[in-house]
Amino acid sequence: MKNVIPLKKTLAAAVFSVAALSAAVGDAFAQAKEQFIGLPSYRVGAYAAGGSGLYGGWIDYMAMINERDGGVGGVKLTWEECETEYNNARGVECYERLKKKGSTGNSVFQPVSTGITYSLLDKVVADKIPMVTIGYGRTDAADGRVFPWVFPMITTYWSQATTMVKYIGAKEGGIDKLKGKKIVYLYHDSAFGKEGLTVLEKQAQKYGFSLVLLPVAHPGNEQQSQWLRIRQEKPDWVILWGWGVMNPTALKAAAKTGYPREKMVGVWWAGAEEDTVPAGDAAKGFTAAGFSVAGPNYPVIKAIQDNVYKKNKGNMEDKTRVGSVNYNRGVVHGIITVEAIRTAQAKFGKKPLSGDEMRWGFEHLDIDAKRLKDLGAEGFMPNLKITCADHEGSGLVKYQQWDGKQWKIVSDWIEPDREMVRGMIEESAAKYAKEKGITPRDCAKEG
Amino acid sequence: MQFFIEVLLGGLLSGVMYSFVALGFVLIYKASGVFNFAQGAMVFAAALSFVGFQNLGLSFPLALLAAFTTMVALGILTERVVLRPLVNQPPITLFMATIGLSYVIEGLAQGFWGANVRGLELGVDDVPVQWLMDSTGIGVSSFDLFGAGVAAVLVALLALFFQYTRIGRALRAVADDHQAALSIGIPLQTIWRIVWAVAGFVALVAGLIWGARNGVSFSLTFTALKALPVLILGGFTSIPGAIVGGLIIGSTEKLAEVYLGEYVGGGIDSWFPYMMALTFLLIRPEGLFGEKHIDRV
Amino acid sequence: MFYREAGQFKTTYAADQQIFPIRQDRLGMLLLLAVAFFFVPALLSEYWLKAILIPFLIFSLAALGLNILTGYAGQLSLGSAAFMAVGAFASYNFMLRIDGMPILLAFIGGGVAAALVGIAFGLPSLRIKGFYLAVATLAAQFFIVWLLTKVGWFSDYSSSGVITAQDMEILGYRFVSPEAKYLLVLSIVVVLALLAKNMVRSSVGRAWMAVRDMDVAAEVIGIRIMHTKLLAFAVSSFYCGVAGALYAFAYLGTVEPEGFSLDLSFKILFMVIIGGVGSIAGAFLGAAFIVLLPIALDVVVQQWLSGLLAPSVSSNLQLIVFGGLIIFFLIVEPHGLARLWQIGKEKLRLWPFPH
Repeated sequence: MKNVIPLKKTLAAAVFSVAALSAAVGDAFAQAKEQFIGLPSYRVGAYAAGGSGLYGGWIDYMAMINERDGGVGGVKLTWEECETEYNNARGVECYERLKKKGSTGNSVFQPVSTGITYSLLDKVVADKIPMVTIGYGRTDAADGRVFPWVFPMITTYWSQATTMVKYIGAKEGGIDKLKGKKIVYLYHDSAFGKEGLTVLEKQAQKYGFSLVLLPVAHPGNEQQSQWLRIRQEKPDWVILWGWGVMNPTALKAAAKTGYPREKMVGVWWAGAEEDTVPAGDAAKGFTAAGFSVAGPNYPVIKAIQDNVYKKNKGNMEDKTRVGSVNYNRGVVHGIITVEAIRTAQAKFGKKPLSGDEMRWGFEHLDIDAKRLKDLGAEGFMPNLKITCADHEGSGLVKYQQWDGKQWKIVSDWIEPDREMVRGMIEESAAKYAKEKGITPRDCAKEG
Repeated sequence: MQFFIEVLLGGLLSGVMYSFVALGFVLIYKASGVFNFAQGAMVFAAALSFVGFQNLGLSFPLALLAAFTTMVALGILTERVVLRPLVNQPPITLFMATIGLSYVIEGLAQGFWGANVRGLELGVDDVPVQWLMDSTGIGVSSFDLFGAGVAAVLVALLALFFQYTRIGRALRAVADDHQAALSIGIPLQTIWRIVWAVAGFVALVAGLIWGARNGVSFSLTFTALKALPVLILGGFTSIPGAIVGGLIIGSTEKLAEVYLGEYVGGGIDSWFPYMMALTFLLIRPEGLFGEKHIDRV
Repeated sequence: MFYREAGQFKTTYAADQQIFPIRQDRLGMLLLLAVAFFFVPALLSEYWLKAILIPFLIFSLAALGLNILTGYAGQLSLGSAAFMAVGAFASYNFMLRIDGMPILLAFIGGGVAAALVGIAFGLPSLRIKGFYLAVATLAAQFFIVWLLTKVGWFSDYSSSGVITAQDMEILGYRFVSPEAKYLLVLSIVVVLALLAKNMVRSSVGRAWMAVRDMDVAAEVIGIRIMHTKLLAFAVSSFYCGVAGALYAFAYLGTVEPEGFSLDLSFKILFMVIIGGVGSIAGAFLGAAFIVLLPIALDVVVQQWLSGLLAPSVSSNLQLIVFGGLIIFFLIVEPHGLARLWQIGKEKLRLWPFPH
C-alpha cells in the first residue's frame, strides 16, 4: 500500500502534465490558425442607428465565412469590438488597444470615421498596419505612392461628386444640357461637407452650371433658413451632402417649402433607411448615391441567413434590418477584408498574416466580375482592382431612389470623371508629401 | 418684402419649437434652482417611448398615456435618486449631475428601445398652406401653425395650473423662497416631484412635435442646444420669457442666416443666437423677464 | 506614525512658505515625479504611454486651466474645448508661417493666442454671472469652431479644413517615440502645474478666491474686479491653449475643428467637478477618472460580457454606468476626489495611534 500513493501521484502528475502540454499545444495551434481583426465600432450616441447596421453586416459576413468555410484557407477569423462613440480620442485608444491583440497583432484597421482616420494617418505607417476607409476618410490617400498604408477604397468623395454631376446630367438629357442650370450644394458645415466643394466647383466650371453653396451648421436639425434660400434661388437640383439628422430634416424641410424630392440627390451617407424613414412620406422620390446597394435578394445575404441566422448566431437584434443599406455596407467591409486575406494567403501561405502581409493583400486586391459572382455579390458592389498607385480601385457609384418603403436601384454603375479626380488627388497628395517630407514610392519597382 | 415676411414668419414659428424645449428648463429651474441639462435627453426618451409603445401595438391615446407615465416615473425617480441626496449642493454640482443623468437616460432609452431611427406621424402634414400660398405667395407650413397652436394651449394650461390650483400656488411659493415655503408647511419634495413630472410632460410634447418634424432619433437630444439661447434671452425663471425669447431667437436667427449668411460664408445659426443673447445680456444681465438679482454683502 | 509633522520646525519664512510644508509630502512628491519621469517610460508599454498617459496629462492640463477659472475665480465656462482649438491652430500657424520657429515657443504662442481670445470672451463676465455666463461662453465654443472651419487661412487652405501638426524638434532632437513625447508632455505639464500652484498661493490667487466667494465684498475691500476676472480668463485660456497645442502635436497629429466639440468642453468640466473644485491635485485626479473610466468599462464589457449581452445593450450599458458613477460620486463626495485624498491624509496623520 505504501507504493500506491506515490504511484498515484506520479500518474496524476503525468496525466496532468500531458493534459497541460496538449492544452498548451492546442492553444498554440488554435492561436496560430486565427486571424485577428480589430473592430472599432460606435453603437451609442448620435450615429448608433447606422453603426449597429454596419457592424452587424460586417460581423455577420465574417461569422458566415467561419461557419460555412471554416475560416479563410483554414484560418478562423476572430474579432473584438471597441466602442469609439465616434470620438477621435476614443478611436485612437481603441487603435492602440487592439494593435497587439491576436497572434500577429491587429492586421487591419477600419475606423468608419473620417476624424479617427485623420488621427491615425501617421500611426499606421509607424506600426505597419493597413488602414482601410470605405466611402469616407482622406480622399487624396487614394494616391498609393504617398500613402502606402491607407486605402480609401471603392469610391472617394471626389469621385462620388463627379458621378452626381453625371447622374444629374443624364436626367437632364445629356451632360451638355447642364449649361446654365443652377445646382444648390447643401452641405454639413464640417470637414466632411467641405470635401465635395472643390471638385464640384471645378465641375461647375467645366460644364457651365452655377453652384450655390448653402452650409448647414452641425447637427443640422433646423434648416428653415437654408430652405427659404432654396425657395428664393429656385435651383434645378439640390445636392444633399448631409450626415445624421441633417438628412431627414432636409427632406422634411423640402416638403415644407414644396421643393420636389425627385430633384434632390444625396451623398451615400444620406442614402440609408436611417435617413429616409424618419422623414416619412416627405422622403419619397429622393435619390442617393451608393457604393453598394440595398436589398436582401443577393446570394451573399442568403448565405448569411442560412449559415448564421438559422443557427441563431446573427449579430442583428432586429432581423428585418438584414439587407438594409447600412447592413449591406457592412457586408462590403467584410467581403473586402476577407478577400484581402485570401489574396495575401495566396502569396504568404495559409497562416495568420501580419499587418505588412495584409497590406500586400489589399494592394493586390482584384475582385473582378467573375469573383463577384462567386461571392454571390454580383451587382451588390462594383468591381475592384487596387494597384500600387491607385488605392481607390473602382470609383463606380450606383443611384437608388426611395419609393416610400425601400430603396430601388435607378442607375447602372456610373463612372467618375477619372481625369479630373485623379489629377486633384495627385496634386493634393504631392502637397502632403512635401509638407511631411515623404518621398513617394516608385510603383514601377513594387512587386 | 413678401420674401421678408415669409422668412420672418418661418423664423417666428421655428422659434416656437425652441420654446417647447426651453419651457422644460424654466419649469425645473424655477422650482428647484436646477439647470437641468438632461431636458434634451428627456425629450428624446419621451419621443422614443411614445413611438416604441406605438410599435408595440398601442393606439395613439394609449401610447401617449404610457409615454406620459414613463416620463412621470422618470421624473419622480430622478427627484428621489439624484436630486434629494444632492440637496444644498452648489448649483454647478447639480448641473453636472444632470449631465450625468442625461448619459443614463440616453443609454436607457437606446438600450431599451434600440438605436433604430423611427418616423412619427401626428396626422398633420408638414406642407405649405395652399390657400395662403395661392393668395399671397407666402409659404407657411400647416404643421408649424399646428405647433404654434399646441404651444399656445400648453402655455395656457401651465398658466392656469400655476395660477388657479393649490399645487400651482405652492409651486410659486417654492419658486419664490424655499425656506419660507417649507416653514409654512409646503411639502418641498412633493412639489419637486410634481415639477419633474410636469417637465416630463413638457418634454413629451416637445418630443412629439420635434419627432414628427425630424424623425425620432438620438439627435432629439440636440434640441437642448437650440433652447439655451432662448433661455438666457428670456430669463431662466420666466415662462412668458421662454415663449418671447423663442420668437425673438427664431426670427432673428433666420433673418441673419438668409440676409447676412451669404456674406460670411453661411452656417452662422450655430452661434448667432448665442452671440445675440450675449449682446442682449450685456445690456440686461438677468434676461428679458428674469428677476433682478440684488447682491448683498 | 510615519506621516507626522512633529519635530519639523520652521525657522525661516522661506521654510514656512514652501509648497509642501511637510517633509513627507515633499518626499512623496519627489518619489512620484521620479516614478513618472524614470520608471513609467521605462516600464510601461507603448499602449499605456500613447493611449492613456499622454491624453491623461493633456486633459489634466486643460482641467487645470478650467479649474483656475471655475474653481479659484468662480467663473463657469463651457468653452474650454474652443480655447484648446485656438491653441492648436495658433501653434500650427506659428510653426507654418515662421521659419525656424522653436516648438516650445510655438506652444507658448498658442497659449497666448488662446489667452487673448479668452480675455475677449471673458469680458461679458463683468456683467453676467452664473449660468447666464455659462451659456454665454457657449457662444465662444460655437463661434470659434465655426470660424476655424470657415476661414481657410487657419488650416492653410486644406480642402477639408484639417491641420496636420508639424514634427516636434528641440535642439535637433526629434520627439517621435512615445517615450519622448510622453516625457515632453510630462515636463510641460509639471512646469505649468507648479506655476499654477504658486499662482493660487500668491496674492493673485487670493484675489481670485475673494471674487469667487463674493465679488461684491471683494470689490469693497479693494480688489479690482475687472482686472482679476480677466486675468483668470487669460490664465485659464492660456493653459487650455497649451493643452490644445499638445493635443494636436503630441497626441493626435492631425486635428479638425469639429474635434474640439462641446462634448469635450463638458468632459473637461467633469474633470474639474469630479476631481475637486479649487484644487490642483483635483485636476489630475479628475482627468484620470474621466479618461480611464470609459476605457476601463469598455475593456470589462468587451472582455467578459461580450458573449452574454447583445452588442448594442453592452455599449449602452457602458454609457449608463458612466453616467451613474458620475452621479454617484457627486452624491458621495460633492467636493471631489481631492477631498477624499485630503481626508485620507488627515486619517494618516493619526494612524496607527488615533489618540
